[in-house]
This record gives sequence, structure tokens and C-alpha cells, in this order.
Amino acid sequence: MHLSSLIEMVESGFDDRVLLGDENFCLTGTDFGFLVRLGATQVHNKYASVMYVGENHALLPVALFAAAWAGVPFVPVNYRLEDRQLRSLIERYPNSMVLTDPLTATRLEELSPLIFDEWLRELSNIDLEEVGPIEPDENDDDVAVVLFTSGTTSEPKSALLRHRHLMAYLLGSVEFGSADESEAVLVSVPPYHIAGVANMLSNLFSGRRLVYLQSFSAEVWLETVQREAITHAMVVPTMLARVVDELDGKIVDHSTLRTLSYGGAKVSERIIRLALQSFPNTGFVNAYGLTETASTIAVLGPDDHRDALTSDNPMIQRRLSSVGQVLPMVEIEIRDEHEQVVTTGESGLIYLRGEQVSGEYAGGNLLDGDGWFCTRDQGFIDSDGYLFIEGRVDDTIIRGGENIAPAEIEEVLLAQPGVAEACVVGLPDDEWGQRIVAVVVQQDGRTVEPNILQDAVRKVLRGSKTPEEIIVRDSLPHTETGKMLRRVVQSELLAREGGTAT
Amino acid sequence: MILKPGARLISAVCTAELMTVKAPKTELEVTIGGAVTIASAAARDGSVSMINGHDGGTLMGKRYVDEADSIELLCTKAGTGAVAVNGELLQLKEAKALPASD
Repeated sequence: MHLSSLIEMVESGFDDRVLLGDENFCLTGTDFGFLVRLGATQVHNKYASVMYVGENHALLPVALFAAAWAGVPFVPVNYRLEDRQLRSLIERYPNSMVLTDPLTATRLEELSPLIFDEWLRELSNIDLEEVGPIEPDENDDDVAVVLFTSGTTSEPKSALLRHRHLMAYLLGSVEFGSADESEAVLVSVPPYHIAGVANMLSNLFSGRRLVYLQSFSAEVWLETVQREAITHAMVVPTMLARVVDELDGKIVDHSTLRTLSYGGAKVSERIIRLALQSFPNTGFVNAYGLTETASTIAVLGPDDHRDALTSDNPMIQRRLSSVGQVLPMVEIEIRDEHEQVVTTGESGLIYLRGEQVSGEYAGGNLLDGDGWFCTRDQGFIDSDGYLFIEGRVDDTIIRGGENIAPAEIEEVLLAQPGVAEACVVGLPDDEWGQRIVAVVVQQDGRTVEPNILQDAVRKVLRGSKTPEEIIVRDSLPHTETGKMLRRVVQSELLAREGGTAT
Repeated sequence: MILKPGARLISAVCTAELMTVKAPKTELEVTIGGAVTIASAAARDGSVSMINGHDGGTLMGKRYVDEADSIELLCTKAGTGAVAVNGELLQLKEAKALPASD
């Protein structure tokens, strides 16, 4: 199926239901479909793609669907990139309609961008019958969305998601029209992130009103939850941590919030426990997925969270640090370095297969002959089918021939009193090949002692997994969506020693 | 008619509307409430009526499949008529509800 079908479904099922908007304005399914059809007339046969380079916008879905209806890819770009990198990404897609916000427009003048608000205003002056409505081509093998990988280790790659991938995800995981008319979702993930794209699609599909935060702050997020009677929200770990901090000691009415989902990067168990306390009546959902898998492939649901909190069985308790169970329409295998499937509970590389799995970049498809995609994430599945993610295999430290996942050590460090953040990396070592170095950030007003932390790790893990050195710092570098920039930390530590990253 | 994924099916006798999720590439006759589907809701003129045994209804958001699982239709607007393909009433496809993750 093609994304343009979704517009016809929305027009049919939610004709007079408000799907977009907040206290200032609102659009029903009929209004939205009409605006998309108008927008498509401005794209069709004129542009090769629609790029969106700006902050979140209440009508962002109009841009994505106008592109889909006109049969060209939607390409959201991170407007926070520095000018040179931003331009080089935009130049990868020649003859593109560049939609932007007023501030970003001033940085891109020579590309003659269109300010999204102004473009939308002009749409209302178009007579659809006069310009002639477009019939979508509906080839579900066309590219629907292009997302740039964060490029923390190399040049950003363009990940391609075709209509069939996105529709497979929707049809497989969301029931059309399952939301009731009072439901509203607060979107604060950026438009250029797979979670932002998935948010848009699955909430429209379920008939849930989308409310956009232009850019995230914990204070505005909480205010909006209250003002708009928000029932659902998705946040990345950094946002969750900030919301929990903001709530500290304050009484904010967020009782309308039924579901709070989090994902996009690893969340520390401490933050989850705090969040569960701050939102006692909200169901928590942890979602794991990748850009290349058209978003979520595994979920830890509200019942799992509750069970983990109340159980005295350690196997059930530890599910709080898992990403839950794999969706029914996705197949998973954990394989060793020889690509052999490992036994239950054993750690290895995560492989995925399914209709939503794209595994494709501009210039190459990474699916193997049988359709399997190697995520390069390391993890294991326990005997109850819960998936645990141990980090990127490329981050694995090899010390004295032993493979060590930094996440395992970080988890122990994060569980220690006073530790807010932790990053473990391997540095070259003449004797061991690599030695383990940890950088930790203290919680406000707390101090930590490196040697006490080393003792703690030694007690839980083993001597060979204990960091040789622990450095205390004020902060650690992260991407916008909360992924720790481990390579940056590693390079900085190497520079300190006069070496270069490998 | 030959149905393609994304093709809409609109009832001539009730409010039901469906969307084709998958279909075989063969000639099919789709009825809702026993009457052949029409091209748009505006063409519903009340000239045809529901046939007995085809009044089981269609529910919003639910999928309907044939015995052979060769055709799947998704209901986008509920109605009192039931959907049938080549005279065979389609069955409700049970799907496990998943928690909202985004």
C-alpha cells in the first residue's frame, strides 16, 4: 500500500474528527485531506523531492503527505547542523522544494527556500478545480521518506524508506481508528528522526489528534500536556530525564496522560524508576527500533513495567532494562561472529527480517539474500522472549581477547549513588590491546569517588571489566535525540594522550 | 473488477467504506449488504436495499479476510452491511492489540 491511501482512509473515517491542531486552530480529516491535495499540485511535475529543514510545525504532516500524493520523497533534515554540512545534505537532493522556518531560511538564502507558513497560506488561495487535482501514482515501491543517519562515526548516510515499509509498520502495529475522539498526542521528537515520522503516521492512522511542540523544553511540555489534555506522548531519553527533573517536588496535573513512550537511545534504569514514580497513573512503553526498520520492532508495554516494579523475581525485575518483546510481524535472530544463531540467553548480533525492514541506503541495500538485516546492535533474548540491547557492536571493547560491551559497565556505574551519566570506552593499550576508561557525570550537588566506583564495578562484574581509569566530568556529548557520542569521548581521551582514533 | 491495494470500496446500501489492503489479481465482485459497491458515497441514491444474510455489519478499523486469506479489506467507515467477495461473506480478522509506542 501507498501512503496516499492513508489520506483517503483519514477522509473516510475521520471526516469531521479534529486530527491536527491545538487551542489556536484545528483541522478535521476532511480539511487535512484537502490541504494535502492542494499541496500536491504545487509539487507534482515541478520538484523531485520535498525537503523540510526546520523546527516542528503543527502542520508538518501536510508536507509529508503532499510529497507522497505527488509521488516524490519527503526528506526532513536536521536544521541544527552547521551551515556547511546542512548545505551539503540539501545539495544531495537537487531540484527539491525546500520548506523551512523563518530563522533557518536566512541561513539558506541561495537555495531559495520556501517558508512553510507562507507556503501553507498561499495554498488556501489555490482553486483545486482550476489547477486540476492530481491522482496519486500509488506505486508502493517508491521511496516515501529519506532520513539521514546521525553520522556520529562517518558522513551521514541517506536511509531510504519505501511506501511499503512504512505501511507494513502501520498495518502491522496500529489499528485504524483505534483512538477515541478525546485522545491527543504531544509530538516533541524532531521531524528528521524516524520517531517523528512514525509518530505522524501512526497517530493519524489511529485517529488521534496531533499536537506539535515547536522545540522541546520540559516546562512547555508539561504545560502543554495540561492545557491540551494530552493522552499520549513519545519522548527520547534526554527529554524524559528533563521532565522528571522539572517535576521534582512540583505538583503538575498530568492526569490525562494515559501512555508515555520512550525510545531512541538507551535510558538508565534510574530515570525510568523516577519517571514511574512521577507518573503513577500513566502506562509506560519502551520502544526499540531503527531508522532502517521503519521505527519500532520491539515494545515493553505498561504491564511489563508494572510487573517489573512489583515483582520480587529478579528475572522479571530486570525486564525494566529490556526493550520488551519483538512485534509479531518481525522475525529476529541473534547470531555469533560466524553468523550462527546462538542459544537463548546468549549474546550476539541482532538480525531482523520483515516487511517493514528496509535496510537500504542511497547506493546500496544491506539486506542479505534471505532478507535479513544486520542491525550492528548487540543483544540477547531471555527465556521469556524479552530482548536486551547491549549497545553497538562497533563500540565493543576487546581487552585481552575478551569482548566487553560498554553498556554492561555503564549500567553498573549508573546504578551507583551520585552518578548521573556514564560513558565507557576502550583506549589502545600495549599489554591488553585495549584498556577500559570510564567518564562519569555527577548528579547535581553530589560527588563521586573514582576508586569507590571501581570497587562497585569489580563487585558486580569482574576485575577484567573494571575500568582502569574513571574520569569525572561536568557533561558528556549527546546527539539531539539523546544518543551518546561515544566516538567524540574516545577521540578526546585519545587526544589527551597524543594519539588518534582508530 | 480487479482490486489493487489502496482501492476504496463504498457501500450502495449503508455507510460502510473499506480500503483494499491486499487482493489477488483476478476479477472479483465485491458487495456490501449484498449490493455491488459504488465509486463514491455521493452516488448512494437509496435505490438498492440490503439483502438478508448480508446485514452482519462492518466495524471501523477491523480487517476482513476470505477463507483462503487471499483478500484483505480494512473498514474505514462502519456500516450495517457485511462485506462479501464473489458471494462469500468475509470474516473478521482477529489481531492482537499492541501498546501505542509512538
